[in-house]
Amino acid sequence: MSIHHHLDAATLMRYASGDLDTAFTVVVASHLAMCDACRESVRVAEAMGGQCLDDAPAPMLSDGAFARLSHAIDAGVTRDTPVVPRAREIGSQHASDVPLPLRPFVGDTFDDVSWRMIVPGVHRHRIELADTQSSLYMLKIGEGRKMPEHGHGGPEMTLVMRGSYSDTLGHYGAGDVADLDEHVEHQPIVNSSEPCICLVATEEPTQFKGIVSRLMQPFVGI
Amino acid sequence: MLKVLRVEKPMGDRERGSDQQMMQSLIKAIAESGDRDAFEALFARFGPRIKGMMISSGATDDMAEDLVQDVMMTIWRKAALYSPERGNVSTWIFTIARNARIDRLRRQPTQPYVDVDTITLECDAPTAETQVIGSQSDARVREAVELLPDEQKAVIELAFLRFKPQSTIAKELNVPIGTVKSRMRLAYQKLKEHLEELR
Ligand SMILES: [Zn+2]
Repeated sequence: MSIHHHLDAATLMRYASGDLDTAFTVVVASHLAMCDACRESVRVAEAMGGQCLDDAPAPMLSDGAFARLSHAIDAGVTRDTPVVPRAREIGSQHASDVPLPLRPFVGDTFDDVSWRMIVPGVHRHRIELADTQSSLYMLKIGEGRKMPEHGHGGPEMTLVMRGSYSDTLGHYGAGDVADLDEHVEHQPIVNSSEPCICLVATEEPTQFKGIVSRLMQPFVGI
Repeated sequence: MLKVLRVEKPMGDRERGSDQQMMQSLIKAIAESGDRDAFEALFARFGPRIKGMMISSGATDDMAEDLVQDVMMTIWRKAALYSPERGNVSTWIFTIARNARIDRLRRQPTQPYVDVDTITLECDAPTAETQVIGSQSDARVREAVELLPDEQKAVIELAFLRFKPQSTIAKELNVPIGTVKSRMRLAYQKLKEHLEELR
């Protein structure tokens, strides 16, 4: 997979320090699942945390803190065994192109997702999350269709998981992420023959009503 | 507790490399034979610092102690998953502490982080670059962080030691969020370049 659009360094740092909220964490983790380069970069960012831990103040622990731990271990603890690296399964990408971090939310295949049509050619699936101020949803958009406008001027992150689209910022294929600090006016158009499936996080709850009315506009003239 | 005294002896920079090697051998002993002495030595080194980090981030004393128990138990369980090529022991323990804190504060679990770790372990053969970021680079990370301008250091400390959200960092430093972001980017860039010089 050749990925051309990566995560912003500030986003990597927020992920590494645990500052991203759940919706954005899922999008970032899904990109990391697809992108070797950004997984490397996260390790660099996390090294900052290792440094801070080394330099952290070291207050006394309560008496018997280790004994408590030791008793808990004696009571029986399951321990993990080493993970054996497996060869990358070439060609199997399409069989399961739902990134691992997204699977708990949508299952192993995009086909089983309960897509809801917003307008012809554009489907949406909203992912409900606990304690988040943001929105997380997937879009499935057919060839030649425009991506709906979303967000309200705040940060937004879009990860392409299947198919591709183009806009003024470039061409986005599977694995590419548009990590935008501020909402940019752009008109992404799907240019793959298969539907483009994206994962989107926006900082404020998206008013889908607004999306539908804006989406309808192009159709009025048809 | 002679062992503990040895671990806690103040070190010079030169000794830090061997300190990391010692931490790695402790993890290895825990992974391979469930060595309780090795675990106690690791506990003596990291337990107080994990507590210090949690208190710095606003936890009460009780909560910080609980988190120390959580983090150390995770280290005991996952010791076999630690891979020196992918980062030093302190960095690995930092990520466990970060996750434990998120799990305590949020209803949504840190499964995305765990999934990324799983992919890393399954897919990523250690490359020349990961080796650099790994054990040998410990002193380089310290060098790079110490070379950062104070304003970038302050942002790093607020984000990674005190776990402050970006918006709070901006308020505390009385600068716009955009400034916090650019300092984060610069700090990241400098560390990355400093590590890449080794290749
Ligand atoms: Zn990337």
